[in-house]
Amino acid sequence: MATETTAHPVEQAVSWGGGVSPFGVSWQKLMMWIFVLSDAFIFGSFLVSYATTRTSIGTWVDTGKVFALHIAGAEIPLLLIAIMTFILVSSSGTMALAVANAYERKKRETIRYLMLTMFLGLTFVGCQVYEWTHLIVDYGVRPWWNPFGPPQFGAYFFTLTGFHGLHVLSGVVYLGVIARQVARGVYDRRGSYANVEIAGLYWHFVDLVWVFIFTMFYLF
Amino acid sequence: MAEGTHVHGEQVGAVHAPIRTYLIVWGWLFVLSALAYFVDIAHVGGWLKAVLLTVLALMKAGLIVAFFMHLRFERLALVYAILAPLILLVALAVGVVPDGLAVLMRR
Repeated sequence: MATETTAHPVEQAVSWGGGVSPFGVSWQKLMMWIFVLSDAFIFGSFLVSYATTRTSIGTWVDTGKVFALHIAGAEIPLLLIAIMTFILVSSSGTMALAVANAYERKKRETIRYLMLTMFLGLTFVGCQVYEWTHLIVDYGVRPWWNPFGPPQFGAYFFTLTGFHGLHVLSGVVYLGVIARQVARGVYDRRGSYANVEIAGLYWHFVDLVWVFIFTMFYLF
Repeated sequence: MAEGTHVHGEQVGAVHAPIRTYLIVWGWLFVLSALAYFVDIAHVGGWLKAVLLTVLALMKAGLIVAFFMHLRFERLALVYAILAPLILLVALAVGVVPDGLAVLMRR
């Protein structure tokens, strides 16, 4: 095995005995992972609370109907949510491409994919604004009341999707800051595009959370 | 750590996946999401739906964490440090199962 003499050698074959860098990543990346982990506990607690409440009530709301879209007179169940899922998964793909291009220090491509990811994120939030407006204005859904079923539905709907939507919105701002630094050549001067990868960790996590909200709140 | 020796992330010799891998993972995420959607609108009932949706969600989560978040390419120490604490979330979920079951039985 070759022994590296750099400040932070990463020997993929060696799993333990990390010396000055036990995890083999920069502190910035480690911090993001710790944040992501703590955020996972927040969303996990929300979802377990939701599952417990729903089980103890026994009945719930037919989300397929509530979030259906009417196209040419036909009611397609959950279509809006399916579209939102499609958009967010797409944004994760473009983010992955941004990171892949950042590894190769391709400035223009990195910026292009970051902008595309931000655009998809904003589209997702736009869909959510439509969804919230529809439920609040047209149906009168409140955290304590709704016309569909148990009153807790509103509370969990606003908490889960609101918290997640806020993460997407924060992510768009975050990516905007990163894209601006890429454009200004900050990472070229620094000789490292690592911040793009770290921003990617956050963005993919937001997509990851949506997988579980999509499954537990909408599909189930 | 001494001043001036800090690195900004890109480690020497770090392994990255080629872009093709990302595209394949991306494609699978679409397929799995679509499958989950069809499980719902096809009115698959009860336990089967629960099992199918859980498996599909965990598969998607695994793909995102392993490839998009690069955990597959990180050192095992980091992988364990991130995945092991999640056992607490499973414990939380398992902890509330008796309550849920008690309510279901009473009905």
